[in-house]
Parts: sequence; C-alpha cells; structure tokens
Amino acid sequence: MVLSEVLMKRTHNVQELQETSKSVRRAIIEMLAAAKSGHPGGSLSAVEILVTLFNDVMRHDPANPDWPDRDRFILSKGHAAPVLYAVMAECGYTPASELNTLRKLGSIYQGHPDKRFIAALEISTGSLGEGLSVALGMGLAARWDKRPTRAYCVLGDGEIQEGQVWEAAMFGAFHKLDNVVAIVDYNRIQLDGFVKDIMEVEPLAAKWVSFGWNTIEVDGHDIAALQKAFADAGSTKGKPTAIVARTIKGKGVSFMENNPKYHGVAPTREEAEIALKELA
Amino acid sequence: MAAPTKFELKPGMATREAFGKTLAALGRENPAVWAVDADLSKSTLTSYFAKEFPDRFVSCGIAEANMVGVAAGLAVSGKIPFAASFSAFIMNKGFEQLRVLVAYPGVNAKIVGTHSGISIGEDGPSQMSIEEISLACSLPGFVVFAPADEVATAALVRAAAAHYGPVFIRTGRPKVPVIYAADQKFEIGKAIELAPGADVSLFANGLLVAEALRAREALEAEGISTRVVDFHTVKPLDRDAVARAAAETRAIVVAEEHLVDGGLGVRVAQVVTETNPCPMEFVGLTAYAESGTPDQLLDKYGMRAANIVAAAHKVLERKR
Repeated sequence: MVLSEVLMKRTHNVQELQETSKSVRRAIIEMLAAAKSGHPGGSLSAVEILVTLFNDVMRHDPANPDWPDRDRFILSKGHAAPVLYAVMAECGYTPASELNTLRKLGSIYQGHPDKRFIAALEISTGSLGEGLSVALGMGLAARWDKRPTRAYCVLGDGEIQEGQVWEAAMFGAFHKLDNVVAIVDYNRIQLDGFVKDIMEVEPLAAKWVSFGWNTIEVDGHDIAALQKAFADAGSTKGKPTAIVARTIKGKGVSFMENNPKYHGVAPTREEAEIALKELA
Repeated sequence: MAAPTKFELKPGMATREAFGKTLAALGRENPAVWAVDADLSKSTLTSYFAKEFPDRFVSCGIAEANMVGVAAGLAVSGKIPFAASFSAFIMNKGFEQLRVLVAYPGVNAKIVGTHSGISIGEDGPSQMSIEEISLACSLPGFVVFAPADEVATAALVRAAAAHYGPVFIRTGRPKVPVIYAADQKFEIGKAIELAPGADVSLFANGLLVAEALRAREALEAEGISTRVVDFHTVKPLDRDAVARAAAETRAIVVAEEHLVDGGLGVRVAQVVTETNPCPMEFVGLTAYAESGTPDQLLDKYGMRAANIVAAAHKVLERKR
C-alpha cells in the first residue's frame, strides 16, 4: 500500500488499521534511513496507538485543521516524531512525498515536532515531561467552552521519570478532567538501557490509580484492545484516563525489537532493506 | 529638602495589587481571560480575579512547571491565560516550560512575576527574584515589562492582554509612589522621558524610577541638567530613546532592582555601543541579599537616589 497524499483511511476495521500500521512502519524505516539519524525504537512501538487514534478514534478533519471542536493530540515523547509524521501524512495533513526530508535543513519534518513548521501540530515537543500539562490545559478550555473536544497525550515510559508528569497527574485528577487521556507507551527501554536498570517505574498502573486516574492496561499493539480502552476512557466521567500500553520497542523489525541500541540509532541502508522486507 | 517638582511623588499601591485589580477588570471585559496560580493567589493578588471568576481561575497547587504547561494548553485553545506566581518561582521553576511550551512555539500566554527584587524584605533571597529580567529577555519573542507604578502596571497588563504573543510582567511587593498621571499612554517598546536634560541621562525601571527622579532633583540643584527615562519595556528595548540620549547627553546611568548581569543596563549598553558609544555607569545588584526591612535592604544594597547621584558624578568625570 502506498501512503496517500490526500485520502484519510478512517475505519473501525481492525484489519485495515493493521494494514495502515504496516505502511506507517515502512514509512518510519524509510525516513529514518534517509535521515541517517533519529529514533526508530520508540516510533515503531507507538504505531498502533497513533494509527488507532488518528484513523479511528479521534474527531478531526485534515482539511480543516483549525476546527474548534477537534480532538487534540500531543506527542509528549517528541523524539518519536517519525511515527507522528507518517500518520499525519497518511491522514493528509502534510505531504507524504516529503517524508524522506526528515531532519534535513528546511524540511517541515523537523527532528522533534515543531509547530512553526507544521501548523496542525497542537504544540512543539521534544523536552520530555511537558506534554501532559498542555493536554490538561486544553481539557480545561474545552470543558469551559462546552466542546466535545478530547485531548490525547502519548508519553514514554522513560519520560514519566520527569517530575512534571506527576504534577500534571495530580492536576488532572483534582480538576476531574475526564476529557483527557494519557497513553504511556510502555516499551521498557530508554536511551541508556532497560527502564528497570535506569530508574524503575513499576508499579506503573498502580501509580496512575493512586493519583486518581481511571487506569487501563492493554497490549499496545492490539488494535481491538486499544479501541476498547479509548471507548472506556470516553465513557468515564469525573476522572481522566491513563492507558498503560504494553509495547515492544522496535516492534515489527526483528533485529530492532527489544534492542536498546535502536532507541536513538537510525538503520543503515542495508538494515533498512532487511526491515522493509520484514514489513512487506 | 529640594523644592517639589512636577514629579512630586504621592504614595500609591503595590504594582502586584495594580496587577490583581486590572486582571479582575479584564475578566469582566473579556471572557477569554483566565488566571492560573500556584498557591500564592493571596500574595500575587489573582485572588481578586478568583473571587469574581472562580470558573476561570485555575489552582495548580505548588507546581510551577505544570502551571506553565496548563497555561500553554489554555492559550492554544484560544484563551488568554495570566499565569502568576512569585517571580523567583515562575521564572526559575517554570523556565524550561516557558522555553519549550511558550517561547519556542510562540504561544499567547502571559506570565506575571510578583515579589520581584530585594524589596520583599524579611523573607530573604530564596524568595527574592533578581535574575528574571535576564531570563525573560533570553526567550525569543517575549515582551518584557517592568512597570514603575500602579498606573504603568494597569496599562501594561492591558497591553499584554491585547498583544498576541508571550509577555512577562515584573511586579513588586511593596507599595510604591505614583509616577504617572492616570491618563498617561503606554506603548510597548516605547520608553517614557519623564524629565528633559542635556548633561546626563538616568535610565531606570520598576522601583528605581522614583529613585531616579529624586536623584535628578539633587543633580539639578548642583546645576547638572539631568534627563530621566523610564524603560517600562525592557524587551523590545526602545533603541531610539537610547541612541538619542547617548548622542545628546553623552553620559548614561542605568538603575534597576536586578542583577547588573543580564539586566536593563547591559541591554542598554549593547545599543549604546551599536549607536553612539559614551560612558555608562550601572546601579544594580551584584550578589544575593539577606533578610531585613525593605528600606534597610534598599539602603544597604545601594538602590537609592544617593547611589544614582554618585554614579552620575562618576560618569560625568569620565565624560569628555
């Protein structure tokens, strides 16, 4: 399947979303190989989360990115920009034909998501720990304006070591922001190695529960399970939802899976060819 | 004592109080205005707004990093949030968030620091902000205000709300004299010449504007023609006012209740060297202060008219 320039494939159909996920993974590998730097592992682990949101769950219109009633998406783990760019291009927000200019001078596809280059981004990210606070501010505004808007924020598991995330967690529960969803891409690897060896975050779900969030644990590659979790979040009143999505870093490429090396190292051309065969 | 001039100074309210009252007034006029606070509303005086508009007042608890992020989220949703705390806390603990979530994407959030400078008194240096002008000015796109009195504060809080883009407003704890007539006009980036003069220029902002006016009286009594200019906007700096004073008086003293490093003075010096180089002297802080009454601290740390007069004498000696 070729990435579409204009046509957004909106569907509830799990098989179709799986196919989109595969094409998104191919785009991630292509753009990182062309860029020769970047973060494949945490981009590949979040594919099903973003595809399920953008192609099924979220209320948005690529032809009308300023739609006031749209749902908001924030990639707080901004280093996973390739997955966001591939999904946004798939939806028609940005040109798919330019994805391979990632990280190049003048490209709209900056190293980390940059609102100055892509107006449809809700905010710039890249410094970890900051996105959930913004999502909560959006939730407050939407509630005041009586809009159906929901704010979705994807965080890394290493990222939640940042203290600001827990300031935000307290805030979200205290203000009963049930229109905000935090999704933790729990791939168990961060830059320096395995999360358990750098700064353990367990018991992760229990932390969100104790902070007052409706907490759901899912397999983050199981699209049907993600759909159900987002539906549960949507029907939960009086508290925000945290989805702890268990994922595999580097998912879909055998030599990248669970390999800390590919947190922040792009595939060579040869590695990319092998990866693309596996994702054919 | 020198005869009263037309700048005879009447006692007025604290600039933080003028901020609090103006914010509440803005709340009445514009439903897009919100207040965001971190457990200091009784001190920042966002409490006035909170009392009238509890639904648009956001309590963040003692968590400034999250507070700035929440304000950014409100701003990108079309609101005009005023996030307020002590300058020391919002600027230092929120700086990274001001950088990435406000300055870098150019978000329309307003940041208000109260309890700036050493004039807060007894609480001491952990609560005293003497670095924040430097920090705020280092953020691209930020407009930075340091108003001198209640009239300036009210006008500049309104200017901040009307301006699209990030703004930092520096306010203080103590009551300060009234410098301006109620109908004085303020324009972003346009300094106000409070008194004409040809021999030396005194530049100041905040609390030091009143001291500069007192210093002028002493200098004029000595026969020294002294210009006084209020740089209520530190960024963008009024380059024309600086270049004109440098060309016409050939001697400048800059006075501020802030570290000399990175404050108004060094920003003025940059423009002086780029336009009409002339001798300059700087009245400001060089180290952390201590506990004491505001008056004791302002005396001990050299924030008085007498210090400005001494600096003027020094700069005039260096003037050829």
